[in-house]
Amino acid sequence: MSRAETGSVEPGERRAVRPVWSWSLGLLRSELGVTLRRRRTLALLAVLAAVPVLIGTAVRIETGDGGTVGSGGDGPAFIAQITNNGLFLVFASLAVTLPVFLPMTVGVVAGDAIAGEASAGTLRYLLVAPAGRLRLLLVKYVTVLVFCLIATLVVALSALAVGAVLFPLGEVTTISGTTISFGAGVLRAALVAVVVAASLAGLAALGLFVSTLTDSGVTAMATTVGLLITVQILGSVPQLDAIHPYLFPHYWMSFSDLLREPFHWEEIHRNLGLQAVYTGVFGAAAWARFTTKDVTA
Amino acid sequence: MTAVIETHGLTKRYRGGRLAVDRLDLTVPEGSVFGFLGPNGSGKTTTIRMLMGLIEPTAGTARVLGGTIPGAERSVLPRVGALIEGPALYGYLSGRDNLTRYDRADPTADPRTRRTRVAAALDRVGLTPAADRAAKTYSLGMKQRLGLAAALLQPRGLLVLDEPTNGLDPQGMREIRALVRELAADGTTVFLSSHLLDEIEQVCTHTAVMARGRLLVQGPVAELAAGTRGRLTVVTPDPGDAARLLTELGVAGVSVGDDGRVTAEPPGADTDLADLNAALVRGGVRVRGFGVEKASLEDAFVALTGEGFDVAG
Repeated sequence: MSRAETGSVEPGERRAVRPVWSWSLGLLRSELGVTLRRRRTLALLAVLAAVPVLIGTAVRIETGDGGTVGSGGDGPAFIAQITNNGLFLVFASLAVTLPVFLPMTVGVVAGDAIAGEASAGTLRYLLVAPAGRLRLLLVKYVTVLVFCLIATLVVALSALAVGAVLFPLGEVTTISGTTISFGAGVLRAALVAVVVAASLAGLAALGLFVSTLTDSGVTAMATTVGLLITVQILGSVPQLDAIHPYLFPHYWMSFSDLLREPFHWEEIHRNLGLQAVYTGVFGAAAWARFTTKDVTA
Repeated sequence: MTAVIETHGLTKRYRGGRLAVDRLDLTVPEGSVFGFLGPNGSGKTTTIRMLMGLIEPTAGTARVLGGTIPGAERSVLPRVGALIEGPALYGYLSGRDNLTRYDRADPTADPRTRRTRVAAALDRVGLTPAADRAAKTYSLGMKQRLGLAAALLQPRGLLVLDEPTNGLDPQGMREIRALVRELAADGTTVFLSSHLLDEIEQVCTHTAVMARGRLLVQGPVAELAAGTRGRLTVVTPDPGDAARLLTELGVAGVSVGDDGRVTAEPPGADTDLADLNAALVRGGVRVRGFGVEKASLEDAFVALTGEGFDVAG
């Protein structure tokens, strides 16, 4: 109980700084709590959770008469397999949300990370606490990464639940044509979710950098989401082939290689490498900007 | 006496060239309640932000509680409680959770005493009954008090309060002032910025006056007010005669105000004011009021800046 007496320390006296890891973890916990308790975050996650419900219901209604989806040709990946195995709703939902929906929510959370605190004025109080600028930036980035994982898991778990309710579950036929057990299929789905979440790391760093440039949360969010859409458009223009491999979403869809037997790692490695480069570049830019910036908001 | 805040040549020039703070030499003695006075836009907040490591000075040095800022934030700032340009809260969190959030950001805050310290800070500002309500439902005064509670989460060597009564009703202002006096009585040095002269006069032991980024004067409040002499004031329906007579009687600096009041420099100790009054009456001046008006900090300020204390300025 001797620690309970810290309150009686002379006011001007220096207090011991807690071990860096303990203080940083405390700050991270606080950050996660603040982010995940926001109504806006919950609304974003609710929208993501609704996507598999929509897809599942649509597929169910269309195939209610015993037919198959469309002609089995076009449409999002994995849609055709859902009627045979509800687990494929996980892959279909991730394939549908990954191009825009999922990264858009990440753009909102990352863009708001610093700029939102600045516009609310809470940034100055965190800094005089003093949270430390580099530490705060790292905590913010880790929080956005955790949000990436949670958002992806929300889509995956919602899809798994909807798939289990509306469709039969069972052995999984891989893209290569081999069959694996349902349990192995669920493990693959979990692996896919982690890889999809990691795919968003580059965008998270980009959003965090944008967030250090302005004192308006809305501006930072809109800019980040705008950049995402711009990059997706650039990626869809065949004439710009030369720059495509350098755009952060270029290898996003490579997660389907995890459904092959054996795995195809090549594009996944490229994807993760590209995300690491984006994280390095924009993380460094965010650090350079945030640690030297005058906080006037 | 040791200085809690000491700056030398502290200067901030913003991008675009605007000089917000110009070669500031400020000394805040330990144990004082230091009033940092100046019209809005005079550089008070920029100075405070430089002292808190939020803004990097263009030139000059600043020491707070013995540590250099920028540089020693991690050892200095945990001993400083600050309220800067009004409170900033997470509206969707309760008052209690807001304080917990700020406490977690403090590298010296002991997590084992956090709950107790948060409760004590809430209690100190009288927010215990509203502690679990979302902060966005708080009135302005309650938000201000919650901001103050955040500054009181730990025992502090220095409290920096930037316009702590801004936007409060008279009752709220009285409460905050009472709290400041209480804290000062405990020995905490309080650095209080304000554009309200009477606030400084009521609460502070020392003061510094800023205008257009420059420090005009600093020192004990009593000295500053004493440095400005009061004015001899005659209220009369015959201002012309009064002014002529006063001048003939050897009184200096006689002037007639627009309102018909005649003011002048108070005579020396060898002249009895009653004799002056009697002389005026003998000269046929009808006197409604007569006396020396005591100099206030406001007079001192006007004397220093040569202008009114224009809040909007």
